[in-house]
Amino acid sequence: MYKKVLLAADGSEHSYRSAEHAIALVEGKEEGHIDIIYVVDGSKSKSDVLQYGNSELIQHKRKEKLSAIEKKLQAHNVTYELHIEHGEPGPSIVKFANNGEYDCVVLGSRGLNQLQTMVLGSVSHKVAKRVNCPVMIVK
Amino acid sequence: MNIAKLKNEWFGNVRGDILAGIVVALALIPEAIAFSIIAGVDPMVGLYASFCIAVVIAFVGGRPGMISAATGAMALLMVTLVAEHGLEYLLAATILTGIIQIVIGFSKLSVLMKFIPRSVMVGFVNALAILIFMAQIEHFQGESWIMYALVALTLFIIYLFPKVSKAVPSTLVAIIIVSALAIFMSFDVRTVGDMGALPDTLPIFLIPDIPLTWETLTIIFPYALALSIVGLLESLLTASIVDDMTDTDSDKDKECRGQGYANVVSGFFGGMAGCAMIGQSVINVKSGGAGRLSALVAGVFLIFLILVLGNLVVQIPMAALAGVMIMVSISTFDWNSIKMMPRIPKTDTTVMLVTVATVVITHDLSKGVFAGVILSAIFFAAKISKVKITSSMIGTQKVYQVNGQLFFASVTDFTKGFDFNEDVEQVKIDLSAAHVWDDSAVEAIEKVKSKFEQKHIKVKLTGLNQESSNLMNKLDGLSGH
Repeated sequence: MYKKVLLAADGSEHSYRSAEHAIALVEGKEEGHIDIIYVVDGSKSKSDVLQYGNSELIQHKRKEKLSAIEKKLQAHNVTYELHIEHGEPGPSIVKFANNGEYDCVVLGSRGLNQLQTMVLGSVSHKVAKRVNCPVMIVK
Repeated sequence: MNIAKLKNEWFGNVRGDILAGIVVALALIPEAIAFSIIAGVDPMVGLYASFCIAVVIAFVGGRPGMISAATGAMALLMVTLVAEHGLEYLLAATILTGIIQIVIGFSKLSVLMKFIPRSVMVGFVNALAILIFMAQIEHFQGESWIMYALVALTLFIIYLFPKVSKAVPSTLVAIIIVSALAIFMSFDVRTVGDMGALPDTLPIFLIPDIPLTWETLTIIFPYALALSIVGLLESLLTASIVDDMTDTDSDKDKECRGQGYANVVSGFFGGMAGCAMIGQSVINVKSGGAGRLSALVAGVFLIFLILVLGNLVVQIPMAALAGVMIMVSISTFDWNSIKMMPRIPKTDTTVMLVTVATVVITHDLSKGVFAGVILSAIFFAAKISKVKITSSMIGTQKVYQVNGQLFFASVTDFTKGFDFNEDVEQVKIDLSAAHVWDDSAVEAIEKVKSKFEQKHIKVKLTGLNQESSNLMNKLDGLSGH
């Protein structure tokens, strides 16, 4: 049932656990494929440019963040592709998901408390509401 | 520059650029006024500057989608010039700043940016944030509790209004609500109108009224130099951030020249020096701005609003403006640098803190950058001057393995690594893991060699890389060995 899965990841512990669930969905299937999307927003751009300066190093560091997930996918023999997008996390994931034909979108919930959710907003909530395919939110 | 590319830069994103330009104009007005007040000039000067710079940069800048206007970093550098010599000298310094930046742009000096360490740049933005915050404190002096309440209300609206709607900038909503409250309740608080004149006409071309003498130049040049450096530093940093956000590249030398042209025009039209703004550029890109049109719309809409709504703008209480500036300082500060502190090298943190401390003490960003660059150069030299020498006996031959960079700072350690009193027949110095950089290093090797030879020990040098042996031969020839 699930062949093409979109995994939203930012290198955090939550996204690593999401990766495990995404793998479980497609593992062993002939046409199983995972697209990983990592969204870089404005404030992330600012802090990365400040910290690393030149753009090759920035790209390298961003990929490095996701290397644990990549290793996990390789270990399970799942084909995957990495996409780094720029913009607000919620809308960017929604746009990317609705432009491709995915069977499922997997993403982690950041585990914020009520006040943080009120101020920062819930990316997973927005994505679940606006994506056209099934969405799995990993807690 | 081909026509297709130019057309795309201007009209590739018309709808997004116009909307983003309007949002940016609304966000620019309070900042332009507040930065004028920091510099000690009429709000008019910052507003004229923001108009001129945004419009000129739209045409000649190297980074479409980036917003330039009157900025806090520049305003902070002008304070003493304005206080001691007045506005006309500031305008002259602004023009000179532009000329210096144009020269820097044409000499392609933007590559020098790579010698400014990241920790100095982090210190730069953090110091800027602290100074903007500190500049707000004076607005609280001698004010009643109403001031505190209004500032708190402003911040409350700024941070929570986006939960209700993101279509309108929350700073604008905060300013409107707090101004309306102050006007209808007739609070006795200071307003923008109390801080000086606002423009009621478009800016006009004027040559600054200063004596064209050597003495004038000696007054304005140090300020212009500091302004040029700080302006380009912030502009190129912002350009890199916009590059990353939009995943495109930009012409940094063109941007340097563009900043220069913009400042020359600003100075002649009664505006203060400015540069690119990180916060506004991020707002622009987030609001959908990507082309040259957005900067043009921002500048034109800003002056239009001021001319039409000037009599409302003068009634904005300073409390609302101070609240907006506190938000600006919070978002300017690189909070990530605090979080990362335990994980990055101590020397980097020291450089960052020294940069911040120097700026906070001197109120001069250029001095902070200077101090930070020098300190990190010292740290760097200290780090790479560590030379490791290991030795082993092979038969009657003693082999020294040299590991590291040989230059003026490392030669003392290098010479100490050899034992000249040992009873051996031959010494081999293996330099395959070393690099000879200057004549001090060549001299030190010669000295080691002759010290062994005095004891009748033969010395053999091996493993010199090409560059090192070239240098050895060249300098050897010079000293006549």
